[in-house]
Amino acid sequence: MRIEGPALKVGDKVDTDVIIPAKYLVHTDPAILAQHVMEPLDPEFPKKASRGVILIAGKAFGMGSSREQAAIALKAAGVRAVVAESFARIFYRNAINNGLPALALPGISSQVNEGDHVVIDVETGELIINGSRRLKAKPITGVALEILRSGGLMNYLKSRV
Amino acid sequence: MGGTLTEKILGRASNRDVSPGDIIEVSIDLAAFHDLTGYHVVEVMEKLGKVRVWDLDRFVVAFDHLAPPPTQRAAEIQVGLRKFVKSTGVKFFHDVGEGILHQILLERYALPGQVIIAADSHTTTVGAVGAFAQGMGASDVAAALILGKTWMMVPEPFMVRLVGKPSLGVMGKDLALYLLGEFGAEGFNGKSLEFLVEEPSAFPMDYRATVSNMGIEMGADAAMFIPDSETVNYLRMSRDIEVKPIAPDPGARYVDEFTVDLGKLEPMVAAPHSVDNVKPIDELEGVEVDYVFIGSCTNGRISDMEVAARILKGRRVRSRCIVIPASYDQYMKSLDAGYIEVLSRAGCVVTYGTCGPCLGGHFGIAGPGEVVVSTGSRNFRGRMGHPDAKIYLSSAAVAAASALEGRLADPRRYIG
Repeated sequence: MRIEGPALKVGDKVDTDVIIPAKYLVHTDPAILAQHVMEPLDPEFPKKASRGVILIAGKAFGMGSSREQAAIALKAAGVRAVVAESFARIFYRNAINNGLPALALPGISSQVNEGDHVVIDVETGELIINGSRRLKAKPITGVALEILRSGGLMNYLKSRV
Repeated sequence: MGGTLTEKILGRASNRDVSPGDIIEVSIDLAAFHDLTGYHVVEVMEKLGKVRVWDLDRFVVAFDHLAPPPTQRAAEIQVGLRKFVKSTGVKFFHDVGEGILHQILLERYALPGQVIIAADSHTTTVGAVGAFAQGMGASDVAAALILGKTWMMVPEPFMVRLVGKPSLGVMGKDLALYLLGEFGAEGFNGKSLEFLVEEPSAFPMDYRATVSNMGIEMGADAAMFIPDSETVNYLRMSRDIEVKPIAPDPGARYVDEFTVDLGKLEPMVAAPHSVDNVKPIDELEGVEVDYVFIGSCTNGRISDMEVAARILKGRRVRSRCIVIPASYDQYMKSLDAGYIEVLSRAGCVVTYGTCGPCLGGHFGIAGPGEVVVSTGSRNFRGRMGHPDAKIYLSSAAVAAASALEGRLADPRRYIG
């Protein structure tokens, strides 16, 4: 599974209250959520992400609430994959369940600049930056990979419930 | 198998020997959702064409985040969920006013040794009675409700030993904040916390619930208090049941251990805008405070009301103060003890059984530039309303003292 796009960067400890504030949790419509993603941090984020981006994040990305809308909003806004120094557990599951690849790579923040072209191989965890520099993230494996390959938890479950 | 509480519980629930790092499938003992996540769970079930619950004896629903509904959309969500409750035959449904989900689970349902999954991150709260309890997103919970099981990776068990007893004015929240300051937010990512209380009565259930609640802020997969005489007494008093404590095996292998002398703790505060931006109260005293909130699943219990009433008795608050016991039960106990009258006469606005202001929901949204002291669990930018509000997290003692003085204040002046 190969995913690519320009890098859009955020810092450490970006929590789910920032990714999608609680007042929007009465919505599940991806189109509505996409308009408000990262609002407290950067109201221009949806515009920046709309061309299709690889989100590069620092430590503890998605920490805080279990709100699945955080993953839904990011994907709907144009984020094709997230590569972070580390992920909060619940966000990681929500991302995979919504077909949004999430790969952990300690040190990624200092290795990628805003706008760099990033190519990701989800199964091997390999990243190629600007066509030449290679990095290695923890690959997505096991049940998480099966869910991603199915296109998300809903599709994965359809054959199992 | 290392013999820790984590491995014993997950081993039983997956019917195999487990070790940290293993991906396992567990049977769920108890599942739950509230109003703000429940409607999303039901939507997922509808998309799957499977609106059914695997075992209605193991499923709890409570309305709390939108209780009572502050908008038409919120009311619509609750009306829809009541229909789901009726058509599915949900047995354990707690409507507006009964209480915050985690407090209800603690009071009525959670048992030592259970695997508990709910659609809310603060599900870790019932780790206080020794359950392996964690939150998940709506899709995961929908799958769990249909199948009665879920997959998880076995976390690394980490032992925290609590010795001695807290000094006057120091409460459960101060231990939670101390650990956040030491280890950082997400410091226990990939780990499950197991707390061993050397002197069980020194750290009562209310304090344990606060610490387990904040386990998610520390990044822990679960935050469990190893069951002891305090656990047995709590369940006997609150539910009239006798439980046998389960324990780690002697020589159980933990990834690491940390000991806290409870007697050395001081009142602590998490300053804006991060839950691990922790400082002792004396470094922050004097900061002017506009608004104090005492409540939430973190700190809305009788011992929180008791200390607030002790500090505010016969006095008037200088800061706007909103007090919300976390359940009808905690409210009625506080009422019977006279705390509600004391707090009301002190000028606090009191209601019960709602998450309200904790997440900027309703019943006290923070405005631009306001300085807030909250007994909740999160102080991220925008958490309680305007992104320019500044939120300090603290115990109910610090919050009450701060409301009294109109600025961050050390509660020990008013206690003992």
